[in-house]
Amino acid sequence: MKFAVIVFPGSNCDIDMYHAIKDELKEEVEYVWHDAENLDQFDGILLPGGFSYGDYLRSGSIARFSKVMNEVVKAAEAGKPVLGVCNGFQILLESGLLPGAMLRNQGLKFICRPVELEVVNNETMFTKAYQPNERITVPVAHGEGNYFCDEKTLQQLETNGQIVFRYAGENPNGSLSDIAGITNERGNVLGMMPHPERAVDELLGSADGLKLFQSIVKHWRDSHVVTA
Amino acid sequence: MSLLLEPAEQQIKDEKIYREMGLTDDEFALVEKILGRLPNYTELGLFSVMWSEHCSYKNSKPLLKKFPVTGEQVLQGPGEGAGIVDIGDGQAVAFKIESHNHPSAIEPYQGAATGVGGIIRDVFSMGARPIAILNSLRFGELDSPRVRYLFEQVVAGIAGYGNCIGIPTVGGEVQFDRSYDGNPLVNAMCVGLINHDEIQKGQAKGVGNTVMYVGAKTGRDGIHGATFASEELTEDSDEKRPAVQVGDPFMEKLLLEACLELIKSDALIGIQDMGAAGLTSSSAEMASKAGSGIEMNLDLVPQRETGMSAYEMMLSESQERMLIVIEKGREEEIQALFHKYDLDAVAVGKVTDDKRLRLLHQGEVVADVPVDALAEDAPVYHKPSQEPAYFREFQALENTEPKVENLEETLHALLKQPTIASKEWVYDQYDYQVRTNTVVTPGSDAAVLRIRGTEKALAMKTDCNSRYLYLDPETGGKIAVAEAARNIVCSGGQPLAITDCLNFGSPDKPEIFWQMEKAVDGMSEACRTLNAPVIGGNVSLYNETNGTAVYPTPVVGMVGLIEKLDYITTQSFKQAGDFVYLIGETKTEFGGSELQKLTEGKISGKAPELDLAVEQERQQGLLKSIREGLVQSAHDLAEGGLAVALAESAFKTSLGVTAETTGSAVTELFSETQSRFLISVKPEHAEAFEQLTGGRKIGEVTAQPIFRIVHNGEKVIDQPVDKFEESWRGAIPCLLS
Repeated sequence: MKFAVIVFPGSNCDIDMYHAIKDELKEEVEYVWHDAENLDQFDGILLPGGFSYGDYLRSGSIARFSKVMNEVVKAAEAGKPVLGVCNGFQILLESGLLPGAMLRNQGLKFICRPVELEVVNNETMFTKAYQPNERITVPVAHGEGNYFCDEKTLQQLETNGQIVFRYAGENPNGSLSDIAGITNERGNVLGMMPHPERAVDELLGSADGLKLFQSIVKHWRDSHVVTA
Repeated sequence: MSLLLEPAEQQIKDEKIYREMGLTDDEFALVEKILGRLPNYTELGLFSVMWSEHCSYKNSKPLLKKFPVTGEQVLQGPGEGAGIVDIGDGQAVAFKIESHNHPSAIEPYQGAATGVGGIIRDVFSMGARPIAILNSLRFGELDSPRVRYLFEQVVAGIAGYGNCIGIPTVGGEVQFDRSYDGNPLVNAMCVGLINHDEIQKGQAKGVGNTVMYVGAKTGRDGIHGATFASEELTEDSDEKRPAVQVGDPFMEKLLLEACLELIKSDALIGIQDMGAAGLTSSSAEMASKAGSGIEMNLDLVPQRETGMSAYEMMLSESQERMLIVIEKGREEEIQALFHKYDLDAVAVGKVTDDKRLRLLHQGEVVADVPVDALAEDAPVYHKPSQEPAYFREFQALENTEPKVENLEETLHALLKQPTIASKEWVYDQYDYQVRTNTVVTPGSDAAVLRIRGTEKALAMKTDCNSRYLYLDPETGGKIAVAEAARNIVCSGGQPLAITDCLNFGSPDKPEIFWQMEKAVDGMSEACRTLNAPVIGGNVSLYNETNGTAVYPTPVVGMVGLIEKLDYITTQSFKQAGDFVYLIGETKTEFGGSELQKLTEGKISGKAPELDLAVEQERQQGLLKSIREGLVQSAHDLAEGGLAVALAESAFKTSLGVTAETTGSAVTELFSETQSRFLISVKPEHAEAFEQLTGGRKIGEVTAQPIFRIVHNGEKVIDQPVDKFEESWRGAIPCLLS
């Protein structure tokens, strides 16, 4: 399976994502610059964290106009797995691939710490390797991770099983309904504030994020055996 | 339009306008002699900023010469953007610490942010990939609203810059004392990784080669920042707010990536950050180091504002800019490289052979001065030095124990002292993990980062207990270096080298200069004994508010090499049943201690003694036992003594500890005697450990999370660990709310 790590000016977790795939998941991965016009050769798209365009105007709001985002939308429409982490999640919200918006953290400060998550839905292509309601430890590092959406959208997210991760211990940023990660309705676009790519090696404190990437690969292999 | 009506040469002399720029009458006369004529306003600006203490070290040079700066590990000593030490396998580590005290006192968010930005540029201008940021901060007491504001904004500024640029802020220290009330200290350190064959230098070589300006545009911000940094703070300092620069970490991220791509190009000859004194220092220093000259046409400098004068452009400290020298004729490929990152790269001049800095503006030569005069020939002052009266008084005092009523309550009170209390409130705001190499995160003795693709890691730490330095600068200087090394060793590392940031008051006062002299003597001796030479740093003088100096604060930034990931050790207890050892004997030493400050409200007496030979022997014994796999946890004893170290080792675990002591309880529990370590060891390794270190068993790690100290057979402290952890964790948030 071949992954693209999209690099916007100001992305800074691109290297983390790249090495998580290459060193720990041991799959193919390439950096792709924000002006790329074709993502056909990639099977999975990763939007890393960071401060694309310095978070100017609003986090993710400028990156969504990058050339490559047209291709990300196409990839999502084609059913390829698209994962946005932290700033990547914010870009997915801005681009309309996921519903809702981000507010500043309730405490108005940037927070960096390991948090406990509950895998709310382990039936998605991103979470099949987890047990139902498994508790995992994954770090957060953000200033604007306070997820918000209107009541109707929340209802839909709940009904469709689109809420994939919730903060299980303390809610670090005040997000609605303790939401830490959501998918689109189809289930192939996941946005999450915690950083699974930072939790792939026990040496750095946790390897709980690795199963997320393993889930993606397993899903891809299974579906490609069927369609081959 | 420029708001400055520039005075003419004769007027500058007659009205002594140079004094406003920080030049003395003698210095002005020297400039006149060097030029053989009167300087114009622009030239005066060049001299005043290059001859400021910040750029020329004119007051500290004689002292800096005392530092040991060589060693077989040293690849680059002081004098370039950052020093570099070898770590084997063709790799090296570049690091430097620098102050941004005065800007942070006036405009704390931007002052701190641009301090971080500046030190990062120093490191990547060497060709190194920045991998970590540390800091060392000093504030007044948190009961003052102004101090709380400074503290919160400085931390936010560091976080804002470091988080955005994507370099983890992995460690540091924060201390609080009245002496810093009006003059906080903000020192930032950056550590970078580099391959030996990619080391760059800031040199303008090769006559005819092209001088290019890359990065952000030049504006009117930060004009004369270096001069401002070399003055005392007064009530009028708020008016100097325009001398504080504004940072843009996004711009710097682009510049960083572009420059690291640039160093792979063989077109690059030299590169230097436009830091303090901006375009002036980068051009003059690059030419001076190469024995060449530079001619620049200022009309070509990318400008953010209209109508800027030559003076303003040369003295601007706008951030996120670099000056590079490239092979003539290859401008276009360099421009294309920077264009990818949407950055300006403009040919503004050329290298000449006449050793002069010649500036053209609007068709006229606006400055023509010898580069060595700017970069090398600033006057050097041997300031008078005098032992202050307080020192003799303090040395005459006997070591005594502070009065303590209740040991348990005293421990709670110590853990709540902001200097000891958990700094989680601070580092929670720093992204300390980005780039996913941080193995030991903030809160242990030293931060540890793995080197990806190898079995090695780096330990890094900033340290300085300025109270000891105030009481006795020579001993305190030794302690600062030794304590940094202790932290590195506790983490499993061998100290490699240090960078230092010498923060002092006004060197014009003989008592302050004496502090500087003694501190440098003490540090130099410790560096020699511990084989950790000084590879660079920064001097920040005139840290005074309305005539009162801060405590002498020569901050030590140390990096150590951990040869195998297996050696990485933290301070936290690991397993119930492990034996707890104390290495080193305990004496009644409370001068400058946390307990003395707590009980008496001020400090006095003698600083704790330090025997460097003993220190070195214990450190090497401990390091050997770590490498042999005998050690579960290691923590140095520092502020608050044994009781605080025991508590800190139990925090953030689910374990407890029982320790037994004899003698005088106050001394045993709270004395700050140096060269001591608290170690936990598996019982089966006890004998081997004792033989290597001479450690004395004082207790055991317990499954029950109780913190218990039995003194002379009696339980003097006996409470759940949680209770103490609450005091320790809650103190700073409580003081801020």
